[in-house]
Amino acid sequence: MSVAHTETHDHHDHRPSGVMRWLTTTNHKDIGTMYLIFSLMMFFVGGVMALAIRAELFQPGLQLVNPELFNSLTTMHALIMIFGAIMPGFVGFANWQIPMMIGAPDMALPRMNNWSFWILPFAFTLLLGSLFTAGGGPASGWTLYAPLSIQGGAGVDMTILAIHMMGISSVLGAINIIVTIMNMRAPGMHMMKLPLFVWTWLITAFLLIAAMPVLAGAVTMLLTDRHFGTAFFDPAGGGDPVLFQHIFWFFGHPEVYILILPAFGIVSQIIPTFSRKPLFGYDSMVFATAGIAFLSFIVWAHHMFTVGMPLAGELFFMYATMLIAVPTGVKVFNWVATMWRGSISFETPMLFAIAVVFLFTIGGLSGLMLAIVPADFQYHDTYFVVAHFHYVLFSGSIMAMMAATYYWLPKWTGRMYSEKLGKTHFWLTTIFFNITFFPQHFLGLAGMPRRIPDYSVQFSEFNLISSLGAFGLGLSQLIMVYVIIQCVRGRAEKATDQVWEGAEGLEWTVASPPPYHTFSTPPTVR
Amino acid sequence: MSSNGDYYLPDPSPWPLVASVGLFTLAGGFVMLVNDVNVAPWVMLIGGLIIAFMMFGWFGVVVKESEAGQYNAHVDISFRMGMLWFIFSEVMFFGGFFGALFYLRNLAIPWLAETDILWMGFDGGWPTAGPMGAELLPADTVAGPGQFSTIGAWGIPVWNTIILLSSSVTVTFAHWALKKNQRTALFVWMVITVILGFLFLYLQAIEYIHAYTELGLTLGTGVYGATFFMLTGFHGFHVTIGAIILAVIAIRCLMGHFKPDHHFGFEAAAWYWHFVDTVWVGLFIFVYVV
Amino acid sequence: MSRVFFRLRNLLRFAVTAVAFLPFSAYSEWGLNLPPPSTSIAGRILDLHNAIMLVCLVIFIVVFGVMFYSLYAHRKSRGHKAHQFSHNSKLEVVWTVIPFLILVGMAIPSTATLLFMEDTTDSDLTVKITGYQWKWQYEYLEHDISFFSNLSTPRAQIENREPKGEHYLLEVDKPVVLPANRKIRFLLTSNDVIHAWWIPKFGVKKDAIPFYINEFWANIDEPGDYRGQCAELCGKDHGFMPIVANVMAAEDFDAWVVDQQAMKVASAGEADRTWTMDELMVHGQEVYFQCIACHGDQGQGVPPTFPPLTGGAVTTGPIEEHINVVMNGRPNTTMVAFKDQLSDADIAAVITYERNALGNSMGDLVQPSEIKALR
Ligand code: HEA
Ligand code: HEA
Ligand code: HEC
Ligand code: CUA
Ligand SMILES: [Cu+2]
Repeated sequence: MSVAHTETHDHHDHRPSGVMRWLTTTNHKDIGTMYLIFSLMMFFVGGVMALAIRAELFQPGLQLVNPELFNSLTTMHALIMIFGAIMPGFVGFANWQIPMMIGAPDMALPRMNNWSFWILPFAFTLLLGSLFTAGGGPASGWTLYAPLSIQGGAGVDMTILAIHMMGISSVLGAINIIVTIMNMRAPGMHMMKLPLFVWTWLITAFLLIAAMPVLAGAVTMLLTDRHFGTAFFDPAGGGDPVLFQHIFWFFGHPEVYILILPAFGIVSQIIPTFSRKPLFGYDSMVFATAGIAFLSFIVWAHHMFTVGMPLAGELFFMYATMLIAVPTGVKVFNWVATMWRGSISFETPMLFAIAVVFLFTIGGLSGLMLAIVPADFQYHDTYFVVAHFHYVLFSGSIMAMMAATYYWLPKWTGRMYSEKLGKTHFWLTTIFFNITFFPQHFLGLAGMPRRIPDYSVQFSEFNLISSLGAFGLGLSQLIMVYVIIQCVRGRAEKATDQVWEGAEGLEWTVASPPPYHTFSTPPTVR
Repeated sequence: MSSNGDYYLPDPSPWPLVASVGLFTLAGGFVMLVNDVNVAPWVMLIGGLIIAFMMFGWFGVVVKESEAGQYNAHVDISFRMGMLWFIFSEVMFFGGFFGALFYLRNLAIPWLAETDILWMGFDGGWPTAGPMGAELLPADTVAGPGQFSTIGAWGIPVWNTIILLSSSVTVTFAHWALKKNQRTALFVWMVITVILGFLFLYLQAIEYIHAYTELGLTLGTGVYGATFFMLTGFHGFHVTIGAIILAVIAIRCLMGHFKPDHHFGFEAAAWYWHFVDTVWVGLFIFVYVV
Repeated sequence: MSRVFFRLRNLLRFAVTAVAFLPFSAYSEWGLNLPPPSTSIAGRILDLHNAIMLVCLVIFIVVFGVMFYSLYAHRKSRGHKAHQFSHNSKLEVVWTVIPFLILVGMAIPSTATLLFMEDTTDSDLTVKITGYQWKWQYEYLEHDISFFSNLSTPRAQIENREPKGEHYLLEVDKPVVLPANRKIRFLLTSNDVIHAWWIPKFGVKKDAIPFYINEFWANIDEPGDYRGQCAELCGKDHGFMPIVANVMAAEDFDAWVVDQQAMKVASAGEADRTWTMDELMVHGQEVYFQCIACHGDQGQGVPPTFPPLTGGAVTTGPIEEHINVVMNGRPNTTMVAFKDQLSDADIAAVITYERNALGNSMGDLVQPSEIKALR
């Protein structure tokens, strides 16, 4: 890799060109870009799988895929969306933004940063490759419950190893983010002055380091149960299948906050900008985030109310879960209070941010209903749950990422996207999203179980509506791709450095697009 | 070498990519191995070699940069924090297995023992190989077919505890020596630490052979065997890595690396070693004694 | 800030009045809410569900009422100037404490309902349910009755070759029979992977954990047919594992029990008599129902996991091996030992059927007595 050091004098632009630039880069902006492109690609791969699921569920009967493939598609759809689209997407935003927001020249550990990214394409090659093995891909749902996941062929092993690799990637990435935030802040950038996106990521990174290794342990036990004769989940040897669920959800519940906290951070950046007013209740936002993170470690068993836990356990996990509504509520109220008496304008990022608050709350409230144990006996493993988590995941996390894309794209590319296309994308997404997922609440209440390739005729109408919505939702995303390509290729209007009238923060003080290395000399923050 | 402000930012580097390729090859080879594909060992070997190559390359660059004085105090803090958080992630990994042990032992086994309708005659207790597993004998007795016995705490395990704890002390002595720039003492203490580390592994290997050949205690001996070997096995794996790291550090000491006020590599290895040691104490208490 | 409170109060008043008058029960008739309950448990859950949904709706309307008012009134295009406040400790305490109190209010009835549900004591009857991939076994512990219950929807309907019936996917060959107005205690377990037993109108859903026992109870108000489904992903045919309960008046149930026991005595003799080829084939076709999930209705199987039986090495090979596979299963595969599940006559019949139907014509047959001898 001895690229001629022709540029040594201009140390601001020192890098190999062509593919090697991307393969070997240690620059946070390059790495951020790669993460974001990867995330978008995975969103489409996972989305196509979702569309296959919805196509099969368009009407009763088996039409397109056989039940095994259907289960694989469900499993893969979730794994790809969660580990491939949302997590790398947020890490991409973190890579681009955190150094700029705290006035650092780069991430603290730049080579490791590159490694965190480059593990992912390989991990997903392994995961997707499982679909082409003789026994098919993993078909036990993304939760990989034993003993179902003990059945199945090499595809399951590939999934397990892929999860190990993703785990390494996430932990390394999280370490990097924590260290960057703790050690790389510009002079005067006290902790309680950090932009909220940075705060939420700091806490998310902590959750990642605490949760991912536990998942690694869980799938390792699965692997040894499958191939090395251990009996962790085999009652004949004294094991317990429910043990897997406990370990999985000890990871899994913090994981869902890993998927939402950076989204909260993004919303907390955007709403003040377009309300032209400082964020309401900064301190309580920070404490609420920390509170959510803490609670997330003691509520895991709310996913397992039906496994037959002792009564005391069910009560404890119910109460603890309900408590999460308090700090989350504080956040929602703070956002509303930020808008209150502001001077609000409705550019695309703001529209998305408002939709996130509004729709996420629907998902949050249905989450609260799920937390009520006796009621959960009815909702559990039905489409009510599917509706709940798509409201928090799609209209929470994914739409927050869309908001962030529109918000920061002009800064990154130096080009202003087309507001008209952005708004079209917003309205189509919001409308089709609700058409897709709102009816699923009713399906769940009426008794449609999740993870089934075929259903009884009473569920036909709502499934049909939901499938139509899904296709509209999928097609609408092409607009966003077009908008991004336009900006990246410089086919749009030039953006100013400030970009947004009400935007505050260090990233808006540098040029649009920012130079390859920003803040080589640290700025001073008053 | 671009140095931005006072913070060292490395040039583009091929090593992360090499590391990913190595990891992928190793993982792919492992999947082949457990699915009985013939070439699996070779694929794993190639993966292992790529990773070894990567380590030499990557760490080589880091050592060179470090010795060239490119890492100032600010960079040093990043490394330290990075290492501490890495160790925290390892704590959580072991936490998962300890959690499994507590759950199985204190919840699952009693529940199984209570369900007479399915498991007549199984009355729980610990150690156990489960309702269908081998029968338990007193510790350290030779077991016949369908029987197993456990490794008592007060034989080799307690010696191993002493060995590991002393190695934690000796590595600290080495650290003091380094800080006072007493190079000979530093090297001697490092060598002793490394020897203690490998001694531990040697004794552990003897225990494993004893368990497999005489005690009927294997990975497949129900939940006891599973938790026992997974916990001690992962620990042993970490000791191996730690001992290798310490050996490398010892060699670097001999080569004159590290300064009294600047020796992150040394400290990282020492922290790791203390961590491995702490885990062992947990193991000794919860796996062997209780 | 007092203006905020004033608006909030008005909004709250409006929201409560608007939502409280919607008749929740009407929704369930339209498939928009939980189904009408037929046990006391389901009734309590429905009340709880309606109550928490109402609370959530009110909160939602209040919060977003404020937000949308702000979006309307404080927008830039209307010329609203931004105020620069960013704290209000009193307000922040209020909106921490009030949600907390609301949650306490929700937790109390939830706890009460849960305690009610968990009490399985004083039952009149115990039914043990075992999940299998992909069927249910019911055992009446006090009455020594035991049978399996399989999906009975024809493949042709699933594969869209025939129009779908009214109870498509929610019908079984042998429903579990239960008495109305008696407290029934259920013991739930599984033989392979985790399943979950669920009938929405009973308000119970419990996981069947392999080789562990879970308990729940129901006291059903009215006789009738009640339908549900397996509610935990259990592999390929998870979607094809329905539950049907045929609930009878208590007296009818007692009669049914007597009937079943009589039939059992009668069928004991069946194994000893000699069956004709036709009898075996007719009965074999019925039993083969249990094999369709894996081996296909035409014996085509689902290669590579589930071998075809048409022209298969075993089904067209020596009959001893065929008997062996069906009776003892194949270790470490989903092909379980059917000798625990089927009677001698069933096994003999299904083997005869497999050898002389599904595209095979071996011409040989097995007598139940031969199977009995092999046990
Ligand atoms: C981004 C991801 C995300 C987020 C943020 C959440 C948030 C919450 N979730 Fe969700 N959840 C998932 C992702 C997420 N969930 C996923 C993926 C699953 C399914 C996994 C699987 O099985 O595959 C799941 C499943 C799930 C279950 C298990 C259901 C079942 O399988 O039976 C439960 C049960 O308690 C639950 C509860 C909650 C709660 C209480 C919250 C709370 O954090 C919500 C808090 C928010 C609010 C309450 C709204 C705002 C608050 C106010 C406006 C204040 C006033 C409100 C009150 C006083 C009520 N979730
Ligand atoms: C993490 C986030 C995430 C996201 C973003 C999504 C997005 C979507 N999900 Fe996903 N989903 C999960 C997480 C997510 N899901 C999880 C965790 C599960 C549980 C899995 C389990 O049970 O184990 C699940 C399960 C799940 C189910 C239940 C499956 C089952 O139980 O069997 C369904 C069914 O409708 C569904 C649908 C969709 C749809 C329609 C979208 C849409 O938003 C997708 C939008 C579509 C696209 C982005 C496609 C891209 C566009 C094109 C390719 C253009 C071309 C288009 C055409 C030619 C039409 N999902
Ligand atoms: C849960 C799935 C399942 C069900 C239900 C099932 N089988 Fe099987 N069966 C299998 C599998 C899997 C195999 C292949 C086992 C192997 O790999 O050797 C098999 C193999 C067989 C074979 C041997 C075929 C061959 O060529 O190797 C016969 C005969 C057979 N089954 C008969 C039956 C009968 C009769 C029934 C119903 C009473 C039945 N099976 C129900 C899964 C099932
Ligand atoms: Cu049985 Cu799902
Ligand atoms: Cu959760």
